[in-house]
Amino acid sequence: MSGLSNIIKKEIKELLTVQTFLPIILIALIFGSMGNSISGIQKQASTPPIIGVINEDNGTLATMASTVFHTHSTVVYNGTSITEKTEGLATVAGKNGAALIIIPQNFTFNIQHNHPGSIEVFWIMKGAGLLDAIPSAAVEYLISTMNANISRHLIASNASVNATVVLTPTIRIDSTQFKNREFDGLSPTTITSLLSSQSTLIPIVMMMIIIMAGSIVITSMALEKENKTLETLLTLPVKRTSIVTGKIAAAAIIGLMLAVIYMIGMSYYLAGLGVSGGVSLATYGLALTPTDFILIGLSLFVTLIAGLSLCMLMGTFAKNYKSAQTLTFPITMLALIPMFLTMFTDFDTLPPALQVLTFAIPFSHPMMAPKALMFHDYTLVAAGLIYVTVFAMITISIVVWIFKTDRLLTGSTSKWAKVFSKRKRRMY
Amino acid sequence: MTAAVEVTNFVKHYGSFEAVKGITFSINEGEIFGLIGPNGAGKTTTLRVLATLLTITQGQVTLLGYDLAKQAGDIRKFISYLPEDAGAYKNLTGRAYLQFIANFFEDRHHSDMVKKGVTIANLGARIDDRVDTYSKGMMRRLLVARALMTNPRLAILDEPTTGLDVLNAQEIRKLIKTTAQQGTTILLSSHNMLEVEYLCDRIALIADGRIVEEGKPAALIEKHHVRNIEEVFTKVVHA
Repeated sequence: MSGLSNIIKKEIKELLTVQTFLPIILIALIFGSMGNSISGIQKQASTPPIIGVINEDNGTLATMASTVFHTHSTVVYNGTSITEKTEGLATVAGKNGAALIIIPQNFTFNIQHNHPGSIEVFWIMKGAGLLDAIPSAAVEYLISTMNANISRHLIASNASVNATVVLTPTIRIDSTQFKNREFDGLSPTTITSLLSSQSTLIPIVMMMIIIMAGSIVITSMALEKENKTLETLLTLPVKRTSIVTGKIAAAAIIGLMLAVIYMIGMSYYLAGLGVSGGVSLATYGLALTPTDFILIGLSLFVTLIAGLSLCMLMGTFAKNYKSAQTLTFPITMLALIPMFLTMFTDFDTLPPALQVLTFAIPFSHPMMAPKALMFHDYTLVAAGLIYVTVFAMITISIVVWIFKTDRLLTGSTSKWAKVFSKRKRRMY
Repeated sequence: MTAAVEVTNFVKHYGSFEAVKGITFSINEGEIFGLIGPNGAGKTTTLRVLATLLTITQGQVTLLGYDLAKQAGDIRKFISYLPEDAGAYKNLTGRAYLQFIANFFEDRHHSDMVKKGVTIANLGARIDDRVDTYSKGMMRRLLVARALMTNPRLAILDEPTTGLDVLNAQEIRKLIKTTAQQGTTILLSSHNMLEVEYLCDRIALIADGRIVEEGKPAALIEKHHVRNIEEVFTKVVHA
C-alpha cells in the first residue's frame, strides 16, 4: 500500500463516524421538507389569482376592465351592485380568494372626463409573510394590466383625455381584512412590508444569540473533556444541577453581550438600508403594549434557556473541540429555519406539517411573538411559552440525568465494551 | 482502627463487558493503600467509582461511613480525586485555578487552602502564570496541590507522580506520606513498584478485574520468596 493510499484510508476511517453524518442527514431531511413546501408556493404563484368582481358600470372602459379580470384570473363571484359586497367578500373568502374588486358606476364617465376612475379593492389577507403576499401581488399585476389596456385604448381611440389620465387611468382604493381586522387605505403588500420591517430585528437577534451562546456551551463541554478537567469537576462538592445551570447561565450572559455588540452594527446597517421605515404601525392600531414587551422578553428568555440546554445536551456528546464544531451545525440550522420561515411566511398560512415543525423548534416562538401580539393572538404566544418552558425543563432534566450517569465520561456503553474487549485481547 | 473504605463484592460492567468482577477490600483511616495491576486490570475503573464518577453495577461501597450508591453528594465533601491524565483550566493562572477549586468548599478557609496549595505546588513566581504555559511536570505539581490542599479525609490518587522527574516525584512521595500521617487516608494506583513499596502500608494486586493478592509489601515479598514488589507483581500476574 502506498503512503498516499495509506493516509487516505486512515483519514476516511477516522471521518466515517455517526457524528459526522448525523447532522448532515438531519439538515438534508429539513431541507427536503422545506423544498416540498416551497414547490407548493411556486405552484401557487403560477396559478391565476382567485377574485370576485362587482361591476356597477356598463360603460366601455368598465367592460374592458372586467374582461381583463375575467381573462387573467379565476373569478368566483360576479355582481353588479355594491350592495352585494358582503356576499361577494364571503364567497371570495370561502373560495380562498385574494380580493373583491369593485368597479363603481361612474368609472367610464370619470376617465372620459379627465378624472381617474376609482377601483375599490377589498383584500382578503391570510398571512403577513413575504411569500403570503404572492396572491395580492398577482392581483396588483392584474390591475396594472387593466390600466395598460385602458391606456392603450385611450391612445388608440384618440380620446380627448389629458396625458396624466392616459398614463394613470385609475386610482385604487384599498381596504384589507386581516386577522379579523379591517385596514382602510392599506394593501396587503404595504401591511407585509410594515410588519416585516418591525419583525426583522428579533429573529436576527434570536438567531445570533442562539448561535453564539450555543457554540459557547457546546465548546465548553468539549473543552472540559479535551482538557481533562471534567473528571475533577465532577468529584467536587457541587451539585450536577449547579454545573449544568452555571454553564447555561454563563453562556446566556456572554451570548447576550455578543448579540448586543452584533446588533449595534446591524441596527446601523438596517437603518442605512431604510428597513426600519418611517411609518408607524400604531396609526393602524398595530402597536405593542408594555405587557406585550414583557411577554416577548419572557419568550426570549425561556427560549434562550431551552436553546442552551439543548446545546448542553449536544455538548455531552462532544468528545473534543473538533466534534463540538460539528455539533453546533444542527443548532445553527434550527435557529436559521424559523428565522427564514417567520421572515417569509406567516405561521397561520404554513402547511400543517411545517406548522408542527415551526412550533416544535423552540427558537420560533420569540420570532413569531411580536407579530402575534400585534394582532392580539395571545393563544399562540402563551402556548409557545408553555411549550418552550416544558421543553427547557425536560432538556435540563435529561442533561442533569446524563451528568449523573456514566455516559458523560464513558460514552455509549456498547462502544466502551468494544474498546475494552480490544484492549483486553491485545494484553493477553 | 475504623475503615475509611469498605468495598464488598464490587462489580462494574461497561455494557456487556465486565471490567471489575467482584472485588472486596477495605482501607483503614490514615492508611496508604496501593492498588496495582497491569493495564486494563480494572484499577482506574475502581478508583473512578470510588471517586463518585461512575456508578456501581453490583456490590456495596462505603466511604467514611457513607453509602456510595446513595450519598455520593456527601462523599464529595470529604474526598479528593487526582485522575491519571487530569488537566487544569488553561486560561486561568495556577493560583486562580487553586482559588476556583477552594471556592467549592463552603465550610473551610479558602485563603488558607490556596496558601497550602501554592506551597505544595512549589512553582515560585510561575504560580501566577497561565496554566497553558506550564510544563507537564509543573502541571502535575499543580494538580497534586489541588488534590491535597483541601485536607481531604480520603485522597484517591491515580498515578500521582506520573510525568514528574526524579526529584519532583520524590518530593510528592514525601508529601503523600506526611499527608497520611496527618490523618488523610490515601488510595493510590501506580505502575512504579518502587514507589508503591516505599509509600504503601498495604497493597492489593488486581488482574483481570479480580484482586489476586493483598497484604503488606514486606509480607508479600516474604510470602512469594522474591526480592521486591516488582517481582511479586510479575509472579502473581503471570500466574
